[in-house]
Amino acid sequence: MTATVPGKASPEQGDPGENRPAQGTAPETRGDPGEDRPGGDPFDRDVLPSPPGASRRLLGSLLRPYRRGVAVAASLLVLQQAAVQAGPLLVAYSIDRALPALRKDDYGPLIAVAVGYLVCAVASGWLQHAFTNAAARVNQRVLKALRERIYRQAQALSVDFHDRYTSGRLISRATTDVESLRELLDEGLQELLAVVLSVIYILITLIWLDIGLGGAALLSFVPLGLLVRNFQRRSIRVYRNKSTAIASVIVKFAETMNGIRPVQSFRRERANEEAFDRLNGHHLRVNGDSILEMARYVILSRTVANVAVAGIVVWGAYRVASDGLALGVLAAAALYLRRLYDPIDRLGMFLNSYQSAAASLEKIAGLLAQVPSVPEPGTPVQLPPRRPGMPGREVVFEGVNFAYRTGGEVLPRFDLALPAGQTVAVVGATGAGKSTLAKLLARFYDPTSGRVLLDGTDLRELATAELRRGVVMVTQEAFLFSGTVAENIAIGRPDATREEVEHAAKAIGAHDFIAALPDGYDTDVRKRGGRISAGQRQLVSFARALLADPSVLILDEATSSLDIPGERAVQRAMDTVLHGRTAVVIAHRLSTVEIADRVLVMADGHIVEDGRPRDLIAGTGRFAGLHRAWRDSLA
Amino acid sequence: MSVPDRSLALMTPDTTRTAERSSVRSLMRLWPYVRPVRVRLFTAAFVAILASCLGLVIPLILKWIVDGPVARKDTDGVWLGGALLLAVGLTEALLFGLRRWLVARPLAGVEASMRAALYGRLQRLPVSFHDRWPSGQLLSRGTTDLQLLRMFLAFPLTFLLVNGTTVLVGCVILLLQEWTLGLVLLAPVLPLVLLCSVFEVRYALAARGAQDQLGDLTTVTEEAVLGVRVIKGFGRNRSQARAFRALSERLLHTELRKARLLAGIWALIMTLPEVAIGAALVLGTLQVADGGLSAGTLVAFLSTALALRWPVESIGFLLAMSNEAATATDRFFDVMDEPVPADVPRGDQDADVARLGKDAGGADVPRPGKGPGGGGRPRGEAESGLCFEGVVFRYPDAPPDAAPTLDGVNLRIRSGETMALVGATGSGKTTLTALVPRLHEVTEGHIVLDGTDVGALPRAELRERVAVAFEEPTLFSATVRENVLMGTAKSEAEDRAAADGAADGPADGPTDGLLERALRVAQADGFVGALPRGAETEVGEQGLSLSGGQRQRLALARAVVGRPRFLVLDDPLSALDVHTEAAVEAALREVLATTTALIVAHRPSTVLLADRVALLSGGKVTAVGTHHELLHSNAEYAELMAGADDPDSTGAVNGTDGTDSTGAMNGTDSTGGTDTPEGTGATDGTDGTGRTDEGTGHTGGSGRHAEGSTA
Repeated sequence: MTATVPGKASPEQGDPGENRPAQGTAPETRGDPGEDRPGGDPFDRDVLPSPPGASRRLLGSLLRPYRRGVAVAASLLVLQQAAVQAGPLLVAYSIDRALPALRKDDYGPLIAVAVGYLVCAVASGWLQHAFTNAAARVNQRVLKALRERIYRQAQALSVDFHDRYTSGRLISRATTDVESLRELLDEGLQELLAVVLSVIYILITLIWLDIGLGGAALLSFVPLGLLVRNFQRRSIRVYRNKSTAIASVIVKFAETMNGIRPVQSFRRERANEEAFDRLNGHHLRVNGDSILEMARYVILSRTVANVAVAGIVVWGAYRVASDGLALGVLAAAALYLRRLYDPIDRLGMFLNSYQSAAASLEKIAGLLAQVPSVPEPGTPVQLPPRRPGMPGREVVFEGVNFAYRTGGEVLPRFDLALPAGQTVAVVGATGAGKSTLAKLLARFYDPTSGRVLLDGTDLRELATAELRRGVVMVTQEAFLFSGTVAENIAIGRPDATREEVEHAAKAIGAHDFIAALPDGYDTDVRKRGGRISAGQRQLVSFARALLADPSVLILDEATSSLDIPGERAVQRAMDTVLHGRTAVVIAHRLSTVEIADRVLVMADGHIVEDGRPRDLIAGTGRFAGLHRAWRDSLA
Repeated sequence: MSVPDRSLALMTPDTTRTAERSSVRSLMRLWPYVRPVRVRLFTAAFVAILASCLGLVIPLILKWIVDGPVARKDTDGVWLGGALLLAVGLTEALLFGLRRWLVARPLAGVEASMRAALYGRLQRLPVSFHDRWPSGQLLSRGTTDLQLLRMFLAFPLTFLLVNGTTVLVGCVILLLQEWTLGLVLLAPVLPLVLLCSVFEVRYALAARGAQDQLGDLTTVTEEAVLGVRVIKGFGRNRSQARAFRALSERLLHTELRKARLLAGIWALIMTLPEVAIGAALVLGTLQVADGGLSAGTLVAFLSTALALRWPVESIGFLLAMSNEAATATDRFFDVMDEPVPADVPRGDQDADVARLGKDAGGADVPRPGKGPGGGGRPRGEAESGLCFEGVVFRYPDAPPDAAPTLDGVNLRIRSGETMALVGATGSGKTTLTALVPRLHEVTEGHIVLDGTDVGALPRAELRERVAVAFEEPTLFSATVRENVLMGTAKSEAEDRAAADGAADGPADGPTDGLLERALRVAQADGFVGALPRGAETEVGEQGLSLSGGQRQRLALARAVVGRPRFLVLDDPLSALDVHTEAAVEAALREVLATTTALIVAHRPSTVLLADRVALLSGGKVTAVGTHHELLHSNAEYAELMAGADDPDSTGAVNGTDGTDSTGAMNGTDSTGGTDTPEGTGATDGTDGTGRTDEGTGHTGGSGRHAEGSTA
């Protein structure tokens, strides 16, 4: 099946269970509309490979810090259910004991019943109160910890990972998947515990009241158990489909909102609506399926329960009629049976939220099981102090090569030394390996073999904070975070004062436009800087770099949207504020190259030319040709 | 899918509403979406009430068994009672199932239709709205909130009714059996209702707070993922994580406050009825002892009371869920109430929303009678081209005292002319380009396309005439082909046809010609051909990630593929390397020769694509002329283009003195000859210009299709 349908469903349509040999079920989820992506790369899927049992271990590790809270909540619930289930027992006691005693004018047992009932009522209320609070404290902390773990993991994983696992999927891990776990914890888990406890209490009480009636009730749990298992098996598939379906809806939704400008200008509204309707309609169907699955379960379980109630009550009544059983026991049994089977529906609800939480947890576990390919060092070392008057540091690539984990060598083995304080321009066509070189130096990637040294220290031995004091990279995508302009600049150095922030902005020529914003430096940039032009954003990200004041500055196409005065301001700032720093500049504009001490020309992963700009221009190599073309383009 | 009518939009003119707004009123607003399934929903509720009341019959059967056959030691009577119990039980089970079956698909449908309505609305809301609203907030409205609403319709809504009725019927049964005991049991109902209503208000606030905070947290997460390269580049993981933790800490506190409120109401709901049942038990036992009451009645009485417990207890969490649902409804309508600006502001406004759909389909049909003053009629040959007449623009959310971003822009681009727009960073160039396809609406003044005010054109038609390439090239999760061809008016249908044909090898449809040409103009044919599946390769968020330069070239291809009458390019070559840029410029000149174009330019190489340059400064166009005229006559322009402080580059520019726009055109001719099949550029050029000189955009449109079919 290779037909391409416009706006077709995402790869999320793929069966997420397929990667897991343990499950090995349900290839029938394939064949959803538009499933055609040639498989192979696990990153195309929602569920990243994770060791078996990872979900359970994850849940365990989340709960472990709060085991005391869990224990407290559990004991509160045990007590609370005991208080709740005491009611019918007191009824039986009144009918069988207090009533005869009353007839002998003995009010003692009745007073005991009154006191007992009052105590149970107050206790069950108070315990419920305490339990709700205790459970919320555990649940919400677990959710908070999980959100933070996903967040940290997203940050710890290398750029290589982010290049391949799309942001939409990552965001849906942190939102919808956490949300389904919240439902489980908030509603499902305490429901389940309460149901299980009440079933146990009631069965014990019934057996204690009368072994025959109790035994019969116990027996009824055989078909009920089978029903639950059957429901669970069936709904696993439905739930997985459902979560996959909603994920595609989310992806489409987010993509449209993030690209609203092109959507509107190219009149995509109708086409998008059709595509969205398809995804939404698919979700509607599987959503309906899951509700119907539940309906089926409710009918069957109710039927079993009501048959059991009728049977047990008749048998009990028959025995009372034939004097084999006390009336009070029958009354209590009838009351208990009602309670015993009441929560069976709710058990189904719990199973539902358990299914979706399990599916989500599996996805989250898969994400968390990813080992960052650029790990923090175990025993970080410090960089040697900067030499006075020499703010830059020396960079050495020592026998470095780089290939993606999926194969495909980008940079064959090479050696390169950049003396401290040198400004190096890297030029070459798209795909020549310029950005990879920069990312190795910024330690966005680690080399497949060889080392990248900063003043003789391997980058892999530096803690993040130390590394970023040494090397800072400004990329083409000048992303602004929500918050004020000042806060965005201060990303360069969070402890910077307002004066320092403004100083950096002035040095780069960004002060004027910032001052002209409605609230100056305190203007909120809102949604990814909607109101700030691309050029202005690049200036802001430059101001960040100035503020960070690194020893080595990498500019990866960081001037592409700047106008000429902006570019000059950047060059001026590199000459003054950043004077003496080692700089690696990747730029399409050869104007940037003119300020370089040295030019590297790259082609197909190799450094094919290396020299002073003047010498290269004078020569006959690629750079000379490139430069001529640029000169001509100015004309 | 139901679209809420205008009266809904008028109900909430401001967003300053929180506590005083009642949950019921919020939830009532769901009616238009629920209406289509009302029959099923009401039937289901009726079925549920029936089932629930059947449940109340069971204690009565029990009473009959205890007082009748059991008391009389009549074992046959016991069997009869058993049969009755079984019949009632089975019916109850069936009815419960029936209820769920009745609502399953309709309610999923309500959720889906609300989501579709939200999505459709959001797509049509102006860009200024999207600037204001983080997409995380919008997304949580489209997912979590709507799921919550479906849950509300499925459970709390039905069960508030069902349980309310059950409680009422139960009360009647209780009172009929023994009114004194009944009154004792009913005593806690009034205080419970009062307490619940107090709780309702406080919980609604907390719930709204929690939902908003979750939205904020989503936004931060989203930004942290999208901006991960910046965070890593500056090693700011820790401070970002701190910000995240602060938010999640705040959410934790809100959630715990919610839990405390819930715990309080739960405690009361548990205790009060239980105390009442205890009291009834004691009093009832006394009455049985007196002989005033049969044992069976007491059992039935207590059994009924116990059966009523869940309905009473559930009211607490049903109300809590209803509150969350009301909050979710408010959040949903926060977006739905946002007015979609009228499509044709000076025309009749009533029909515009309904017409949107039609416009997209039948955009080629000329639209007569757009009102005499509406500028709908052509203003004649003299006004063909693209004119800005006293255009003032102020962002709607800008402080009233701030100077407008654009303050009286006057500019005339002649038909077939290419105008470069130059200005300092932040001078409003991008804003000006966004006004042409009406992504933003002008505050004052007019933008006139071939004599027609853009405000008088339906958006769909306008946007078909004007193609845009943005500063930030956004690709969608689709194939390269789909991404590029979305620039053509008819892309959808033909595209699908072409894709079907593509299965048997390279298809020859008209769209293929368009696609090839567009890719060639953008110099994207090379790298697209090298992609794993060529033009059928999936790109964008869900697909292969392309470099900035590659994305920019595809965005450019998308802009030129439909051979639009008007082309607006925002710094279209910024991410290209020198070689590619030169090649794209050469090919682009050929396209520009036949269109009226406005190009935002930051550097001389881009400016030289244009016939003339306009300098935007202080919200006005302060100078218009050729590049060289302005270089010499305008100091600001010279600084922008050459960096006046740098003598070297002035020298470089001086070197260009000899070249003029004819020189540039010569350049095109030679390059065009090497790159394109003979003569296409030239023929298209004369064809297009000839037609546009007649002065109507529609002819241009049909001309395009003619070209498309011959190509």
